[in-house]
Amino acid sequence: MGGAVGLVLAAVQIRDRSGEAATCISQNKICPGWILDNFGRYVDPLLEHVVLTVVAVTVGFAIAFGLGLLAYRRRWLIGPITGATGILYTLPSLAVFFLLLPITGRGFLTAVIALTAYTLQIIFRNVVAGLDNVPEEAKDSGRGMGLTDSQLLWQVELPLALPEIVAGVRIAATTTVGLATLAVYAGAGGLGSEIVAGSNITFRTGVVTAGGLAVLLALVFDVVLLLVQRALSPWKRVQTA
Amino acid sequence: MANQPAASVEYREAVKRYPGQDEPALAGLSLTVDAGDICVLVGPSGCGKTTAMRLVNRMIELSDGDVLIDGQSVRRRDPAELRRQIGYVIQQIGLFPHRTIAQNIATVPKLLGWDEARTKARVEELLDLVSLPQEMRDRYPGQLSGGQRQRVGVARALAADPPVMLMDEPFGAIDPINRERLQNEFLRLQRELRKTILFVTHDIDEALKMGDRIAVMQKGGHLAQYATPQELLMAPAGEFVEDFVGSDRALKRLALLRVRDVDLWQAPLVRPGRPTSEARAALAGSDVPHPLVVDEQGRPLGWMSERDLAGELVPERPGTTATPRIDQDDVLRDALSDLLQSETRYGPVLDAEGRVVGVLSVELVSEFLTSGDAVTLEAAEPVDVEL
Repeated sequence: MGGAVGLVLAAVQIRDRSGEAATCISQNKICPGWILDNFGRYVDPLLEHVVLTVVAVTVGFAIAFGLGLLAYRRRWLIGPITGATGILYTLPSLAVFFLLLPITGRGFLTAVIALTAYTLQIIFRNVVAGLDNVPEEAKDSGRGMGLTDSQLLWQVELPLALPEIVAGVRIAATTTVGLATLAVYAGAGGLGSEIVAGSNITFRTGVVTAGGLAVLLALVFDVVLLLVQRALSPWKRVQTA
Repeated sequence: MANQPAASVEYREAVKRYPGQDEPALAGLSLTVDAGDICVLVGPSGCGKTTAMRLVNRMIELSDGDVLIDGQSVRRRDPAELRRQIGYVIQQIGLFPHRTIAQNIATVPKLLGWDEARTKARVEELLDLVSLPQEMRDRYPGQLSGGQRQRVGVARALAADPPVMLMDEPFGAIDPINRERLQNEFLRLQRELRKTILFVTHDIDEALKMGDRIAVMQKGGHLAQYATPQELLMAPAGEFVEDFVGSDRALKRLALLRVRDVDLWQAPLVRPGRPTSEARAALAGSDVPHPLVVDEQGRPLGWMSERDLAGELVPERPGTTATPRIDQDDVLRDALSDLLQSETRYGPVLDAEGRVVGVLSVELVSEFLTSGDAVTLEAAEPVDVEL
């Protein structure tokens, strides 16, 4: 997260953009002039990064949501699923990339599989916790008024669990943005390519820019999902009485 | 209000056993609730009262025996479909926090596929019925007070005009002052609606107040007594019911009986301006030691004192005021309280127009309580009874 600090520094230094770019680069400082001149090279990696994150989180959400619903109905599954996704979560991501390489080859698919695997634990836990936290009396009165199990799930339990589920997706998304900087090792590009590819890793301005963009991206995802969460739970904001 | 006729509810040897428990939670309950009655299931915790109630809408499944609604077994009904025909109110109310008040009330109509206009009209009608302002429609439950939420809970249960209502400690989470008010409101509502209601409580005072009939239950789901509030207080069946009803049950009965139920003393009435001999004549054979002066309409002016009697004519303003004045619709408890605070220990009883219909005394109340007459009297309309 040093990127954020770097970004601030860069912003400070933008003021004295006075053609000292060459000196700045040779001294390997953080050079705002260079960033502005070279911004174009970050566009593609950024887009790759966005796609990687969105695909991984979407697929991860679909799987974890399904698993969560299953485990909510069949509670004995909670232990095994938590265990399995927990193991996936603790595997070092680089090791996963290399393990997958012989099967899925270099590229997007390998990276997405690994990134997806990391989201499962977080989202699964939040789906189950969200459903478990639905007030018992709301479920009882719903059933007592004649809602079927699936009506209860879609009309009462899921809407009430939604804030917690989206909170899980937020954590998953920000984590995935960070992890996706390693996707470059799977040959899937992303902002990581501007950090570690070639000799970039020793070029401070380049590392800070790519890292800063990753942090910004994580923030954007977080804010967008927060807004989604709020829009989906209007009742949460009025509970004052 | 459109009114679906109420339905009777009959338990036939209803049994509920839970796996892994030796004793059944409910051991062969048999009782019938007549259509339009409030039946209160009351007893200590673990007596199976909530279990018994939840058998009716199959929130709990019978192990043995049967429950019939209007003669039809609940076993043969689809649970979800059955529940849509039965109002359901629980202590925590269980409003859906993510839905507005209008949406909450419209839950069952929506399940039944009512169209928008009909649902909307019904929601408006119900808000009025439970005395909630129409502005509440678009609020969320989190914005309402406990009492308001409780009213919404009742409105929601009534939405599809169900013939039977189940209420599990519906006022249990409300503070005492509001509870009293909600109980009275609910009884007023029930007087119009005449639903068949199974009402669960652990509070005997609430049971006596709300119930047309009361089923006192004992640990293990045994029915200790099924009777009207009167019978329960006059003739508790055994030690358990006696203890449960409480040692002050004679006083509790006073809150169930009304002055009009008592065989009152004849008042020795006399008009002003008449000769005092007439007043003395009226006293002969009367239980009241003083003649009561009344005006043209029969409204009391006061008791004649000894000095008044010594005069020629019955005075316009007799020596003693005619207090306490007792309304014949008062409950005996309030009347007795008035009598005990007065000097005379007796007072004129007035009808709705303020005319004297007789005299009530402390003596009469105590005689009445022990006479057994009270047993046969049912408080036909236990509305606004204050315990």
